[in-house]
Amino acid sequence: MANSTTERSKAAAAETVSLMSIVAPAIGWLIPGAGHMIQKRWIRGLLLFVSIVTLFVLGLAMQGRIYKANGGDILDILGFVGDVGAGALYLLSLALDWGQGAIAFATADYGTKFIIVAGLLNFISIADAYHIAIGKKQ
Amino acid sequence: MTLNHFSAALVFSIFASVVFGITHRDNARDMVRYGLYCFVMFLGGVFVAGWAMWVLKR
Repeated sequence: MANSTTERSKAAAAETVSLMSIVAPAIGWLIPGAGHMIQKRWIRGLLLFVSIVTLFVLGLAMQGRIYKANGGDILDILGFVGDVGAGALYLLSLALDWGQGAIAFATADYGTKFIIVAGLLNFISIADAYHIAIGKKQ
Repeated sequence: MTLNHFSAALVFSIFASVVFGITHRDNARDMVRYGLYCFVMFLGGVFVAGWAMWVLKR
């Protein structure tokens, strides 16, 4: 009796972990830091959210470019891969046609890099949320 | 909005260091320490690269 209860609770815990290991990275991709918040790492999640969103928004404010899916130059493809990491921010930017202006001055190129880095940092954040979900990290 | 080279590097360093600190270490104390380490390295790199370019230009 006690054994079956223990086994059931272990199975339930394993199921929760496996579900969380999918949900946390997915929601973390969509909303930066949310993968941590959903696992009750509130402060970490908030700091990640603020850092990544601020970089992305500053990039847009500096008239940085948003890359669309493309099969051309390798740097354009890598730019797209970086941008996609920002999740909902990237989708919103595409929907509202932000970041499509011609780069007219040097600092706009910094903006482009800020946007790419925001996406790449979110990829790291997603991996961290996954490690928390599988118990590899506290 | 325009940022000069240094302020752009400073903003980048702050936010990248926060993310690196949180994601690369396990406890709060180590996160803060690693974040500060990354920040110093980023800014140190900016100064080293700046001086290197100044020397190369001469």
